[in-house]
Amino acid sequence: MRLTTRVGAWLDARLQLGQPLKSTLEHRVPRNSASWFYVFGSGALTVFVHQVVTGILLALLYVPSAGEAWGVLQVLNHQVAAGWFIRALHGWGSNFMVAIVLVHMVQVLLFGAYKFPRELTWMVGVCLLLMTLGMAFTGQVLRFDQDAYWGLGIGASIASRVPILGPAIVNVLLGGPIIAGATLARFFALHVFVIPGLLFGLVGLHLLLVLKVGINEWPMPGRLVRKATYVKEYNELTHRDGVPFVPDAVWKDVVFSGCVLLAIAACAALLGPFGPSGAPDPTVIQTAPRPDFFFLWLYALLSFLPPASETPILLIGPAVGLLFLFALPFIAGEGEKSWRRRPIAVLSVLLVAVALGALTHLAQHTPWSPVMDAWSGDPIPAKYLAGRTAVERQGALVFQVKQCHNCHALEGQGGQRGPALDDVALRLTQDQLIRQVIQGGGNMPAYGKNLSPPETTALVSFLLTLHPAGQPRAHDASRAAVLDGHP
Amino acid sequence: MSEPEGVSRRGVFVKLGLLFNGAVAVALAVPVVRYLLSPVLRAHGTADEAWVSLGPAMRFPAGQTRLATYQNPVARPSDGATAQLPCWVRHVEGEKFQVFAINCAHLGCPVRWFPQSSLFMCPCHGGVYYADGSRASGPPERGLFEYRWKVEKGELLIEAGELPTPGGRALASLAAGSSRCA
Repeated sequence: MRLTTRVGAWLDARLQLGQPLKSTLEHRVPRNSASWFYVFGSGALTVFVHQVVTGILLALLYVPSAGEAWGVLQVLNHQVAAGWFIRALHGWGSNFMVAIVLVHMVQVLLFGAYKFPRELTWMVGVCLLLMTLGMAFTGQVLRFDQDAYWGLGIGASIASRVPILGPAIVNVLLGGPIIAGATLARFFALHVFVIPGLLFGLVGLHLLLVLKVGINEWPMPGRLVRKATYVKEYNELTHRDGVPFVPDAVWKDVVFSGCVLLAIAACAALLGPFGPSGAPDPTVIQTAPRPDFFFLWLYALLSFLPPASETPILLIGPAVGLLFLFALPFIAGEGEKSWRRRPIAVLSVLLVAVALGALTHLAQHTPWSPVMDAWSGDPIPAKYLAGRTAVERQGALVFQVKQCHNCHALEGQGGQRGPALDDVALRLTQDQLIRQVIQGGGNMPAYGKNLSPPETTALVSFLLTLHPAGQPRAHDASRAAVLDGHP
Repeated sequence: MSEPEGVSRRGVFVKLGLLFNGAVAVALAVPVVRYLLSPVLRAHGTADEAWVSLGPAMRFPAGQTRLATYQNPVARPSDGATAQLPCWVRHVEGEKFQVFAINCAHLGCPVRWFPQSSLFMCPCHGGVYYADGSRASGPPERGLFEYRWKVEKGELLIEAGELPTPGGRALASLAAGSSRCA
């Protein structure tokens, strides 16, 4: 007998795990679930293990101190051999983790896998999604840079809006009255101990449930789930048309996991680690904080919600969403599984995907934010200056100096907070322009106190030149009638 | 040994043992919960807010708004650069000041002052405020947060120490004091 076989036999005589392990690995699954659509759960598990390993590697050097964390990241990036690569692996692994978990969830939803008897598997899965997002946010804080510092402020500002308990929640969240060393320490504890501990337990539970109630069979249109008969039907199916999980189904999982790890490594090697951006020094205020990719949609949403509805939506929205996800297997626990016969499920997924995608796209351009240096950096196009009178050019100067360009674009340059002004003279008459500049309104500040009368006159003269050649300016017909005496 | 139906001696011991463990757990939970809630409990006991100096008042020219920094009064050694905090000081005239928090009243991003147009602008979601801190446009529902201030022996002092947030206690009450004129 070979040595390895003998050692194995010696161990198994004591552990007695061989037989249970063998029967677990070879448990029968429906033949049609050994599909490429069923690889995302195991893919997420692989990335989880990858994150644990790279996380431990980073923890060998990381110091959870507000005074030193940022410096340690610089050391990791620039001085430690392959330090940048380990950081990049962990960062890209995080993005892949969220992405694969979301794809897994969509697949489970569209294949009706949350229905009877897999309700609990789905609910544990929703918890795992929350944990994953929690890891993504707390991990972003551990990269203790400018974005992390101000991101904490955003989190605190949202938490503070909870009625009555808001300020107390902020203090517990930050570990004190203000963002400081204690804040980083507790996010470190969350990211490294608390949430991973919960993840280990919940991932184990999730896997146990998959084994106990079986993997979802490929949904066939017209084959309805009925609580009375489903378990019997499923057992017959796996008996009649089942294959052992190892090796008939698992090889696709293994191949997919390998591809995911390779993709993470490729992204890490080619695109490098995330940040850190500027040092977490709050006195350096020349910064535009942005969250990581998977929270960009929220960042965009926060600029589009009407101010009065923002707090209720922020506080009630997530609770309603979570309640819906948890209740889903009880609302629709029976019936049709196939997405071909579930238009509402398909449309809901599409709606959410389009909404999140559109918000994420917008957040990458931030059309709602003033471009802070447009007034000093973006020139006025030459064609808007050529052949103009002295007072009109003076108005162009006022336009730049008074930071109008930060919110209003000319020929696509400058801010997009307000409307582009390339053809403003077509839309507003002279009187309307004066009123708008002086009184503001429609989300524009009033400049009455900040512009002298000659400056206002010059600015409006300039704005009146902004219309396409050959198209007449907007004019007030009644004014012509009053002043000139004829219409 | 015969036992009455349903109750065994060992069963009672198990229950007593569990009860004992439960009592110990509760006793241990009290300090644990106090420890976890220490940021809140401390806020009720000793005040987090304290008067800190922004330097000589004459460093802030009348009619102008300047960035000032101060040391967080509850700073700890591990705070690093986060112990130094910025704020905007507006010297209105004479002995009259306004000291604004750096944090936008929407979600806390750092607002920047543009003296040419006399506006504060926020880089995150486009909140804009007038020179006196009142809301001009954008998502904020109120004006900038203001610190209480006083001038003592030529030094400008502010009462600081807490992150100003839309739902915060100390600074929310000050909002009523800010005027509405532009």
